[in-house]
Amino acid sequence: MLRRFQGAPLLLFAGLAILAQVALSTLKADFYLTQLTMAAWYTLVALGLCLLMGYAGQVSMGHAGFFAIGGYTAAVISTAGAPAWLSIPAGVVVTAGVALLVGIPVLRLRGHYLAMATLAFGFIVSRIILGTPLFGQADGISDIPAYHLVAGLAITGRRALRVQNYYIAWAVVALGLVLALNLVRSRTGRALRAIHGDEEAAAASGISVARHKLAVFVLSAVYAGLAGACLAHFNGGIGPGEAGIMKSVRYVALVAAGGMANLWGTLTVSAALTFLSLRGAFGLLDDAVFGGLLVAIMLFAPQGVFGLLRRQEKVP
Amino acid sequence: MSEPVLRIRDLHHWFGGLHVISGAAFSCAPAAVTAIIGPNGAGKTTLFNLVAGTFSPVRGSIVFDGKAIQGLPSHRVAALGISRTFQTTRLFPGMSVLENVMVGRHRRARGGFLPDLGGRLFNGREESRMRRACMDILESLGIAGLAEQEARSLPFGRQRLVELARALASEPKLLLLDEPACGLNPSETEEMARRITAVRERGITILIVEHDMSLVMGISDRVVVLSFGSVIAEGTPREVQANDQVVSLYLGAGAGDEGDDREAARA
Repeated sequence: MLRRFQGAPLLLFAGLAILAQVALSTLKADFYLTQLTMAAWYTLVALGLCLLMGYAGQVSMGHAGFFAIGGYTAAVISTAGAPAWLSIPAGVVVTAGVALLVGIPVLRLRGHYLAMATLAFGFIVSRIILGTPLFGQADGISDIPAYHLVAGLAITGRRALRVQNYYIAWAVVALGLVLALNLVRSRTGRALRAIHGDEEAAAASGISVARHKLAVFVLSAVYAGLAGACLAHFNGGIGPGEAGIMKSVRYVALVAAGGMANLWGTLTVSAALTFLSLRGAFGLLDDAVFGGLLVAIMLFAPQGVFGLLRRQEKVP
Repeated sequence: MSEPVLRIRDLHHWFGGLHVISGAAFSCAPAAVTAIIGPNGAGKTTLFNLVAGTFSPVRGSIVFDGKAIQGLPSHRVAALGISRTFQTTRLFPGMSVLENVMVGRHRRARGGFLPDLGGRLFNGREESRMRRACMDILESLGIAGLAEQEARSLPFGRQRLVELARALASEPKLLLLDEPACGLNPSETEEMARRITAVRERGITILIVEHDMSLVMGISDRVVVLSFGSVIAEGTPREVQANDQVVSLYLGAGAGDEGDDREAARA
């Protein structure tokens, strides 16, 4: 199981991504690429949360807060005349810093209490954004310029760069996935899973529980912050809705539906559902769909949607 | 006589108004098996938890390998070279036998978040070294064939051995075994006794809490009798068995067998 060739699913993933782009471009339906690109950035948040929640067993009901911190930091910096390259790195660094400061006290709590505390954190971020003129209050921040990477590559929503942005976003997701897969299969990953299973036994094995929890919390927030910063540049704007409680619930629902400790499952579910949601497939019931999904998964399929299939195979 | 590996002096601990450990004092000689026995509620498991760092004692000293460890958190105690098993086995769910043992070896391997994000290119050599060492431990306990099985799906007796393997993976100087025979059938108990003796022959000091008297008397070099949180007798198994106070504690009060049953039922 541990020695199996890990490249095959990645090749399949890359193949599907290329196939989707080629098909959509040929069919002159490449407006779908915009939502697929946005879905990629949201999926990055879900992958980070999957590490924290699925593997280390620490619930965060405030991940939209980290996404918003990354996004708003990038937005403020790139519209305030600071050096243009600074916005995304600053978004990531500020998110990591906030996660560190929040994580130290909050991660002493367990289970429901941790969920409550992170929920409160998300709520605080949301209210600060709504109440601060620097962050544009209810209007958010618009006119965020393109973020230039190298050699003509830029994170931007301009139509001419639609295809390259699709690939940039999914390449970053693939990188985030590979790093996460490496982590969960390593000594650190085993330590995180051990903490999830039994904190006391993990500590008795010499694992510093507090340090590992904090590290994965910060890493998870970095995924969210990077996604927020990149999506702010892609959309050219960011609004307070990104920090909303229902957004945090949505990320939790995606990880739960993906099967908790299942990075590939989270990726698949997140890409599909986020895309449908962005296309407006759920209409006015958008938030209700994700809330309902979370409840349904908890009640009927705690192993996630793929766990349902697997269980049917396994029944003797 | 050589310096003891563990020396406990005047140890006190209470939960609320309940004085669980009151002035316990004893030591563990190197590469010997020291057993703690005593009736239900004598404070044996609490004593273990104090040594392992789960609780911090209200008063007293615990010196391990010349270093005062009372009050240190359990991961630091483990890092210094004390491993433990639990009264009810506590293997990590969703992980294979080998992975469980590899967690036990956490402190013996180098690495960190960043190399682990990088994958095999950065941690490959350390990972395979760790895997080999853990397979050797499984081999030595005769359970290498179970390496890829999910640990918690194994029969109870096997789980006990996996937990022992996990505790040994850190190459501890002192091994704390909390009722290793609890829930085992006679033949499994016999196997466990053989394994414990083999561990001791590798030079590892062992402190054991156990109810199975035949196991205790068979493998222990020294027996410490605990009652109401203090040591009331100490000596070789033979000496302790001949001690009137111990006999009355177990038999005279008429609660010996009953107490054992209760303890067994509780576990």
